[in-house]
Amino acid sequence: MKQRVLELVFRILFLIAALASILAVILICIFLFANGFPPMAEIGVFDFLFGMDWSPVDVPPSFGIFPMIVGSLYVTAGAIIIGVPIGILTAVFMAKFCPKRLYRPLKPAVELLAGIPSIVYGFFGMVVLVPLVRELFDSKGASILTASILLGIMILPTIIGVSESAIRAVPNSYYEGALALGASHERSVFFVMLPAAKSGIMAGIVLGIGRAIGETMAVMMVAGNQARMPDSILEGVRTLTANIVMEMGYAADLHREALIATAVVLFVFILIINLCFSLLKRRMK
Amino acid sequence: MEKFKIENLDLYYGNFQALKNINLNLEANKITAFIGPSGCGKSTLLKSLNRMNDLVEGCSITGNVLLDGEDIYGDMDVNHLRKRVGMVFQKANPFPMSIYDNIAFGPRTHGVRGKARLNEIVEKSLRDAAIWDEVKDRLKKSALGLSGGQQQRLCIARALAVDPEVILLDEPTSALDPISTSKIEDLLLSLKNNYTIIIVTHNMQQAGRVSDKTAFFLLGEVVEFDDTLKIFNNPSERRTEDYITGRFG
Repeated sequence: MKQRVLELVFRILFLIAALASILAVILICIFLFANGFPPMAEIGVFDFLFGMDWSPVDVPPSFGIFPMIVGSLYVTAGAIIIGVPIGILTAVFMAKFCPKRLYRPLKPAVELLAGIPSIVYGFFGMVVLVPLVRELFDSKGASILTASILLGIMILPTIIGVSESAIRAVPNSYYEGALALGASHERSVFFVMLPAAKSGIMAGIVLGIGRAIGETMAVMMVAGNQARMPDSILEGVRTLTANIVMEMGYAADLHREALIATAVVLFVFILIINLCFSLLKRRMK
Repeated sequence: MEKFKIENLDLYYGNFQALKNINLNLEANKITAFIGPSGCGKSTLLKSLNRMNDLVEGCSITGNVLLDGEDIYGDMDVNHLRKRVGMVFQKANPFPMSIYDNIAFGPRTHGVRGKARLNEIVEKSLRDAAIWDEVKDRLKKSALGLSGGQQQRLCIARALAVDPEVILLDEPTSALDPISTSKIEDLLLSLKNNYTIIIVTHNMQQAGRVSDKTAFFLLGEVVEFDDTLKIFNNPSERRTEDYITGRFG
């Protein structure tokens, strides 16, 4: 009898724990959409999403976040261009070429990369990357390029980790089959194993995109943060996340609400990315 | 004419000796069957003929394996060896790509370019493997959608596509139903004029049906190697007779 009661208590306890995270997601959705849609309607959805001018304290104010949407997309795309090839090649190396003795330090090193706080990445970007880009390209330094490089590094552990396990999950019989046809190790890996791991690797890239688009602190420290359309990748740019965090401290009224609406836009991006991720994961099985 | 000459071959997995002093001459354009109970070394010997054993950690070999008189463990390029000595595995392992690309992978690996040439090789290989009629309308579809028996014939076609001299088959029908099995056996008989075929099988009847020569393995040794008819009807060794009549194994 006592045991049965105990079992029931624990079962409820586990249920509550499980519900907590679901509840959190639901509450965040409700909060965001309830607070984000009214100002969007007030400003005008089109003017808000595609407006070129972000001047929240002017009279009259203007709340166009298009430059920030573009900014987020630019730095994310840049991070993908830089991070994906390096990440995939690293994953291939770790799964199929790396000698065991090298793997032992390499694996934790990559994992450590994932654990470094983004503010530390930001400092690294400010102290190393910004001056480097300034010197190399004779520009301001804090730019789309700089942010892309930094984000490219930050998404490496995600892409490497997911891709490596995807490559390892490919049945060895494919590899043997290719070798038995006279293919070299390299050809077997790149033309049989890698295509077979395609959907897993895509999932890794999508996760990386999610990480890049949501990153705030590190990007803010190296991107320049000008709220206008950039003309080249050597110019500064402001991302959606940076926009929120920079102005939330002093914003009031419609300005404050417009920032929440900015978060809604970001949230929708993340939802789309997650949808892609789960579709890919389903296809993987 | 002998294709493979195996001389004093010893093979070790770490400290375990899996093959003991193997001496065999495998003839060209014949089907040779390796039979014997599980763990007797027949698959191991098969894999040493195209050096797939290189993948096994701790595997070491002494003795000679000569292909047309040339030591395959000597200076021979291992990829070239595997082009000449193809292999079909126990479990069909088509690549997760289209039927066409499965067959074209080998030729492309060895430098065949040009659509017309590749088309020709694909069609010929599939015809030779007696699967052309079943797949000709779905060449661009994934090979993983084929049935088990079709997949195994596809793997044979894939092996044929690189124009090998020898085909090694490691229990190719053990996972297949009787109809698929008989299709593959017919296929092997039709191929033997052009290729040297070596097949490992657990199925006594299969060895009897398809092979010209049979080697009986036990505990890493070749107990008896002779014409299949002789092995099955009048074996010289008592142990061979016991195994074939089902008294053990």
